[in-house]
Amino acid sequence: MALPFKGGVVVCADSRTSTGSYVANRVSDKLVQLSDNIYACRSGSAADTQALTDYVHYYLNSWSLDTGRQPTVKTAAHLMRRLIYNNKDQLQAGVIIAGWDAVHGGSVYTITLGGSCLELPFATGGSGSIFVAGLLDAEFRQEMTQEEARTLAKKACAHAMTRDGSSGGVIRTVAISSEGVDRDYTPGNELPFGPSAPF
Amino acid sequence: MSELTSSSSGGPATTGFSFENTIRNKHMLSMDGSGALPSPKKTGTTIVGMVYKDGVVLGADTRATSGSEVAEKNCEKIHYLAPNMYCCGAGTAADTEMITQLISSQLELLRMNTHSQSRVITACTLLKRRLFQHQGQISAALVLGGCDINGPCIFQIAPHGSTAKLDYTTMGSGSLAAMSVFESTWREDMNEADAVKMVQRAVAAGVFNDLGSGSNIDICVIRKDSSVDYRRNDVKPNEIKPLRDLINHSALLTMKPGVTPTIGETITIPHPTSNNGMMVGPSDYDTSAMEVEA
Repeated sequence: MALPFKGGVVVCADSRTSTGSYVANRVSDKLVQLSDNIYACRSGSAADTQALTDYVHYYLNSWSLDTGRQPTVKTAAHLMRRLIYNNKDQLQAGVIIAGWDAVHGGSVYTITLGGSCLELPFATGGSGSIFVAGLLDAEFRQEMTQEEARTLAKKACAHAMTRDGSSGGVIRTVAISSEGVDRDYTPGNELPFGPSAPF
Repeated sequence: MSELTSSSSGGPATTGFSFENTIRNKHMLSMDGSGALPSPKKTGTTIVGMVYKDGVVLGADTRATSGSEVAEKNCEKIHYLAPNMYCCGAGTAADTEMITQLISSQLELLRMNTHSQSRVITACTLLKRRLFQHQGQISAALVLGGCDINGPCIFQIAPHGSTAKLDYTTMGSGSLAAMSVFESTWREDMNEADAVKMVQRAVAAGVFNDLGSGSNIDICVIRKDSSVDYRRNDVKPNEIKPLRDLINHSALLTMKPGVTPTIGETITIPHPTSNNGMMVGPSDYDTSAMEVEA
């Protein structure tokens, strides 16, 4: 999920990757840096989304080299949308693109399975997203502080992880602003909500 | 050429694709059940890898199966990629073998171009791109391990091309059993002896609890200084010779050399001028002279 705050945006994800009913990786990193100021949150097929983010990372990097400028979040989102829409028959990828740029400030885009690109006030995605839709509708406010946005993101993520079998593990968050990026990690036994391991 | 194959021309074609088995395959598929095409060897497998203080340890069992049959009791599943990198493979035996050979070749060419040591992330990227390109058709589930300037690391690579960098990982049908060992005992910064012991225990868990895995345990240690210790058949928990020796065979079945009395023997040296003096087959001997004189 991605939640904007005053002067930036927080992206947040759990860390579970599963194959069928087996957790193939309990500490995976679904938050991928596409450029200095833009992140992607991956959901769907791990192989597909890794290939897509590798391509977008490469294109944005060569675009920066050519122009000497930082790409905007909008550029990244539409690049990703084009790749997904053009190959939608062969892909299973739901991606959120979020970041901060000097033109638009903090912004959030979601790209659906079918390949449409939507700019939203905040975005959730993946199997756990339906479990937190109501919570975020109730608690999300425009112009939160970075700390408020991060706390809300973690809370929502923790709720999704307790209710959704396909989500779990640890919570990873990244706050992106004009200051740069700030990564944060919350272990599975210190979640803001839900049972914590007694050992 | 077998009677099942059909070929319009006499000799084998020298260029282009060979379609000589097309009709045979069609015929075999049309026979219900009994004539199914031969399936490739699938390695129901336990492969593991972990990072320790001074390097990485890879481990694998040595059983290859085709269906429910053990096709090979002592195969090699830890493949060479580069002097500082090895890769365990699970899935279709042929696919894991060919993809590791291909990437190994690409890495060697890259080393000759750049005059520098291969990096593990490079191998990982080459492997994942090839696997993604084929959309899971190459059934190779890999555990890639090695040491480079960034230190020791392990990558898990799934058949569809997704990868993960991990401190410890397991793949194959025995991965659940092996993972239970790691999840309960893995610690950061272990020493080599403890790490090797843990990998042995993890693969052994697969060997004993998973039907697809079995036989011996191969271990490969790759240290930070790029020294490699490849221990083929490091543990042999399924040695059957001592068991066989326990069985009392009938004396009739275990005849020792010399039990049949030799009454007489004549050896004839083949004619030196025939066939340039080379002995190529039984026809070079004068067999009539070798008949036992009773």
